[in-house]
Amino acid sequence: MALAAPKETYAGRVFEVTIGTSKTAVFGGENVLPFHKFDGDTPHKPVIAFEIQDVAPEDWPDTVKEVYGDAASDPVKWALYCQNNLNAQAIALRLISTHPDRENRSADDAAKTVKAVLDSIEVPLIILGSNNVEKDATVLVAAAEAASSRNCVIGKAQEGNYKTISAAAMAQNHKLIAMSDLDINLSKQLGILITQMGFEKERMIADPMCSALGYGLEYTYSVMERIRLAALTQNDVIMQPPMLADIGMYVWKVKETQASEADLPKWGSLKERGIAWEAVTAGAMLLAGAELLIMRHPDAVRSVQKFIEEF
Amino acid sequence: MLIIGEKLSIIAKRVREAMLNRDKSPIQEIATAQWKAGSGMIDANIGPAEDNGEDLMQWMVTTIQEVVPLPVCLDTTNFKAIESGLKVHNNQWGKPLINSTSNDPERFPILELAVKHNCQIIGLTVGKGGLPADAEERSSIAAEIMGRAMEYGLPLEDLYLDPLVLQIATSQDHAIQVIRAVKMFQEMNEPPMKTVVGLSNISNGCPKHVRPILNKHFFVMLMNAGLTAAIADANEIAEAMKEKQQIDDVLAGKTIDDAAKIAETKKTIDVITGKTLYAHSYLEM
Repeated sequence: MALAAPKETYAGRVFEVTIGTSKTAVFGGENVLPFHKFDGDTPHKPVIAFEIQDVAPEDWPDTVKEVYGDAASDPVKWALYCQNNLNAQAIALRLISTHPDRENRSADDAAKTVKAVLDSIEVPLIILGSNNVEKDATVLVAAAEAASSRNCVIGKAQEGNYKTISAAAMAQNHKLIAMSDLDINLSKQLGILITQMGFEKERMIADPMCSALGYGLEYTYSVMERIRLAALTQNDVIMQPPMLADIGMYVWKVKETQASEADLPKWGSLKERGIAWEAVTAGAMLLAGAELLIMRHPDAVRSVQKFIEEF
Repeated sequence: MLIIGEKLSIIAKRVREAMLNRDKSPIQEIATAQWKAGSGMIDANIGPAEDNGEDLMQWMVTTIQEVVPLPVCLDTTNFKAIESGLKVHNNQWGKPLINSTSNDPERFPILELAVKHNCQIIGLTVGKGGLPADAEERSSIAAEIMGRAMEYGLPLEDLYLDPLVLQIATSQDHAIQVIRAVKMFQEMNEPPMKTVVGLSNISNGCPKHVRPILNKHFFVMLMNAGLTAAIADANEIAEAMKEKQQIDDVLAGKTIDDAAKIAETKKTIDVITGKTLYAHSYLEM
């Protein structure tokens, strides 16, 4: 008698989300745990977006800055470089210069940048604020309008600003990132509040808050894992949106990606170390259930893509 | 079921101010209300009370017993405050209850105090190393506390085992473990061990309108599991007793007339048992 491999079946399924217009990216749709394709359907592979900013990345470590060089001086050039030279599946534009503690650029400025980038690229765009709760509420509304009808991802809506941001994303027909502070119950609560505004849960992407390897990654991992289990085993519809891991911004500020070889010779090559740190963090997030990643270094992206292809 | 009226806690602003100013009337008013609503004992929670704890506990015990013919639950980690409270406690209304000893060696002397003064004591099933993970771990700590009680000469009927209720908003998995622990504790002795919970901690951190709903449902489930005592608001328990039949019917899968009540009960039970993930707005889903 042939051995029948046991199969784990689940009551729930992750929502399938399509972003972009001319060129699209699709993720989610599975009814199994990450990479458990032997148990059920995994119609789409995780998508990786390249992170760019609306200003030159002065605050990024050299390892990543060197890759983009001159292209990073202008968001349109930078986006095109990612799309054309690095074959990016999607671009994540962070409007970091709008932060009040940075250049404090206006929402109008941000809207112009968004429009310019969207006018030049074909791949889907993720539009991120500066993570300032008050400022994002104005910046992301303007950005959502500037990106009208382009089926972008707008984020991140948080407890303190979800009303205005989700209303704008709803009005302009975008997808929405809902971010909560590393707590599964708060993640569900934010999801409920956003859907109570009339925003469709099928258009949401959950960001349980990322972290870097060695800096609380296990907390993110555990929350993501439990969100996915609630989605599948409890068929909890609020927990069924795909999950985002916003990796680059956490990885490229930790000591391991910054400390020089002169200071820490035992740690080996700074460049390899940084790339590996981003790739390993991303790999862990994929295993925890993330379907959409935001990353910075092309070599790290390539190795993660290889990891995705192999499974 | 023994209800230990919980409203006299230093955490409440009004009570804290009354304690500070030694203003008897708010304390007596609350104690009387808890007594009238059905409490069989009054909890006096003075916190760690590092300064003047002895004085404060004595004042609390006498202030309460001036107007209420009930024993007092001496709720503090301060050994000396408990000891001084016991000295003035009027045992004519019943044995006082100490809250609490545990499996932490620092709390062993409090157990000796219970023996010395012939009173009752709560054994909180936690050790020195963090929170118990499940009902089994709570039971093994309970066994150690019971062993120590016997060794020190405390009759087991004077020991109330407390499985430690945690907040459902952050530690949802523990709610069902607490219910299981209450059942398991009873099986650890013949006659069954007495059990007690700090009921309202289940809903600590939850929205105000959700708190009584969670408290009442959790109480009914614990009562069904055989709980002996609860540190709780006697008014809320009175409401829970009125709703108990309905809640039991829904638990048993029967249909009752009130559709809204069915929904509320089903959702709340699912959250307590861990069938659905808790969120502050779980009732609106």
